[in-house]
Amino acid sequence: MKNTVVEINNIGMTYHSLEGETEAIKNIDLNIYEGEIVGIVGPSGCGKSTLLSIIAGLIEPSSGTVLVKGQKVCRSNRNIGYMFQKDQLLEWRNILQNVVLGLEIQGKLNSQYYEKARNLLNNYGLGDFIHSYPSQLSGGMRQRVALIRTLILEPDFLLLDEPFSALDYQTRLAISDEIGVILKKEGKTGLLVTHDIAEAISLCDRVVILSNRPATIKEIIDIKLTCPEGRNTPLGRREAPEFRYYFNKIWKELDIHV
Amino acid sequence: MSKKNISKAHENYLSSIKKRNKTIFITQIAVFVIGLSLWEVAAHFKWIDTFLTSYPSQIWRLFVNYTKNGNLFHHIGISVFETVVGFTGGTLLGFIVAIGLWWSKFWARVFDPYLVMLNSLPKTALAPIIIIWVGAGYSGIIVTAISVSIVVTIMNMYESFISVDEDLIKLLNTFGATKFQILRKIVLPSSVPALINTLKINIGLSWVGVIVGEFLVSKAGIGYLIVYGGQVFKLDIVMMSVFILAIISVLMYRIVAIVENKFNRW
Repeated sequence: MKNTVVEINNIGMTYHSLEGETEAIKNIDLNIYEGEIVGIVGPSGCGKSTLLSIIAGLIEPSSGTVLVKGQKVCRSNRNIGYMFQKDQLLEWRNILQNVVLGLEIQGKLNSQYYEKARNLLNNYGLGDFIHSYPSQLSGGMRQRVALIRTLILEPDFLLLDEPFSALDYQTRLAISDEIGVILKKEGKTGLLVTHDIAEAISLCDRVVILSNRPATIKEIIDIKLTCPEGRNTPLGRREAPEFRYYFNKIWKELDIHV
Repeated sequence: MSKKNISKAHENYLSSIKKRNKTIFITQIAVFVIGLSLWEVAAHFKWIDTFLTSYPSQIWRLFVNYTKNGNLFHHIGISVFETVVGFTGGTLLGFIVAIGLWWSKFWARVFDPYLVMLNSLPKTALAPIIIIWVGAGYSGIIVTAISVSIVVTIMNMYESFISVDEDLIKLLNTFGATKFQILRKIVLPSSVPALINTLKINIGLSWVGVIVGEFLVSKAGIGYLIVYGGQVFKLDIVMMSVFILAIISVLMYRIVAIVENKFNRW
């Protein structure tokens, strides 16, 4: 068995408000292993973002623990990359300055990292835009910059919070393919939250299906696709013969009634 | 695109835009010139009572006189000084208070009703009190100017500080940022447009404070000239002062606009 990167032990979360208390999630147990990408799908409003915030150490769970590389996540030792729906680039900083934002905050910024930032930008086709401002880039390019900003911190693992959902469909297919390839190439471990079943199947090694609120794990499905040599990319995986089977299986499990 | 391969249609389009802009500019000048001429002619043929309205050539003569003996620059200098100090003080203090409120949600909620009350209160009503408390010199007038602009500054800036995207703050938190870093890297820079808007508003407000202060108590300044001219029924002094006031306000507004352009690259 591979090394465990994230250990989620019996997480529960209850929100309190003046109207009463809401149980958002309960009894979540999940291990994420090195180099795999795990997808989370679930009905809207089932508590996916709460789960992500807990794993990122941004909020304390009501019960249970999260261990990253054997350590409890807290403010000081946190080394988790987080990608948002929107790219969250700072409009007043150029691309290079945006990429090094996290390093700057952590006081790690030096010439070596600047060099690394330039290399990453060059490798991912943004070399000509190092000194451009975010408003001059397309949505897909901006999301790529956001990914580089995350990767340069060499996080233990990545939380992807519907990172493609703000893009138009075509850009979304292209950029999710690209980012999927990058993540696999860099051997990154990640947790992807998405509404898009096809996206989950094409990008992930396992897909976790959550129930309605309070969210519990309904089922975990291993995705095993047969892809021709060299076509094991998110777009290539969409052509695999088993793709439809997984799609229907997840759709049925989600049990969505409108 | 180089200039050579512009199509005929595009060339026509560009020249028509240019022509329109030129026409607008000429019309703007014409409105001013015709307005002044009508005023002058009406005064000349006694259609209007010049005792009440004065007229352009008289105002101009007065302006030349005041310029020659240097009196005018003395008055302008004092008022501009008071306005600039009041403007800077009001903006700066308001900005600092707004940061304080952003920092502490508790105090923001405590002060909220007081701010709402102060905002709807006409600050010029406080001017007599301020002048008695602070003193009947420049300081009283400057504090009056500050009191007019500070509340708007606090409210505008605080509103802008708290409207920063939650996810952006979450992003910085995932980097392990401190509250001070969030303020410096995200909250302040993203509030630059709000700050520039506030500056523009504060120019006008500071002038209100200064002129009201000078109305109440002063030995010099444009507000003093206006009150003095009104009391001795020399409307040319009042008119001249108002014209000068208009010109200086526009100039100060321009300066802020230049600052704004510096930030416009994004």
